[in-house]
Amino acid sequence: MSSNRRDWPLWEVFIRSRNGLDHKHCGSVHAADPSMALKNARDVFTRRMEGVSVWVVRADDIVASDPDAKPEMFDPAEDKIYRHPTFYTLPDEVNHM
Amino acid sequence: MAASMSVANEARLEYVLRIADSALILGHRLSEWCGHGPVIEEDIALTNVALDLIGQARSLYAYAGAIEGRGRSEDQLAFERNESEFRNVTIAELPNGDYGFTILRNFLFLAFQRELWTALQASAEVRFSEIARKSLTETRYHVQHASDWVIRLGDGTDESQARMQRALDALWPYTAEFFSASAIDDTDAGPAWSAFESGWLSAVRPVLDVATLQIPSRTSFVSHGKAGIHSEHMTPLLAEMQHLQRAYPNCDW
Repeated sequence: MSSNRRDWPLWEVFIRSRNGLDHKHCGSVHAADPSMALKNARDVFTRRMEGVSVWVVRADDIVASDPDAKPEMFDPAEDKIYRHPTFYTLPDEVNHM
Repeated sequence: MAASMSVANEARLEYVLRIADSALILGHRLSEWCGHGPVIEEDIALTNVALDLIGQARSLYAYAGAIEGRGRSEDQLAFERNESEFRNVTIAELPNGDYGFTILRNFLFLAFQRELWTALQASAEVRFSEIARKSLTETRYHVQHASDWVIRLGDGTDESQARMQRALDALWPYTAEFFSASAIDDTDAGPAWSAFESGWLSAVRPVLDVATLQIPSRTSFVSHGKAGIHSEHMTPLLAEMQHLQRAYPNCDW
């Protein structure tokens, strides 16, 4: 974007599919404003009946973790197996854990 | 027309072909943008509209073939009729011009199509009303897409505004044909198109206003595509669109 200031900003597209519960990231589009972004997302990503709901978010507005900081962000959880709820005996009434 | 066709059926066939041909010819024009759109997203958006229009034409040709009762298929109606047999409104066959011209033509025609589908949903012919109902959902989106761009470009930069005004000046006279009288107006084939003028105008005017475009005054010019009298642009369009079926009749792939 910074290389050409006349380019439209980038928007990330999230689609909730017919059977899905969550919106899933499926790609990105360029658009001048939110309404154009939504239409472009519809036209580019829902041509084959993929979705029942679309979200678009300015890519600029997403705060992402630093790929170079992966070890300190995620490794410490590796050996803390006790954080998984697998050490408890669940009553039968509790399903889908 | 086959002698066995009743006058009533001829009028019905004529009515359906007008709508089918307009959708096909505009769909073909829009398909010419494929790979040439201003940005990839818009390229896909316009191609989607083209495909929807061609899909509407297919349903209508199948229906027309059934009315005619001579066993002509969708392909035969689309690719084996001559220019004077096409009943599309002339505006559909005009060359694309720049993107603004294409979008404005879409807006003017699709807003008319929306009036048409809305009325035809009430058709006593179940098959016809089903086609109208399905097409209306598509057309609502098409009109929204075109309106957004008409406003964006009309109320845009000095250059885009000037181009859109030029496009409107060029296209507006062709919209008179939507509502002009024709021989099948007083038959049971469907509502006379003149009935849609006020609804169309009150849908179109606010968008053009927001787009800061001036609607030209009506002149005596009326095009006659509905009667099979086409502009000089129709011959090369058909030559390209029909080439394959003409060169290799009944070819399939």
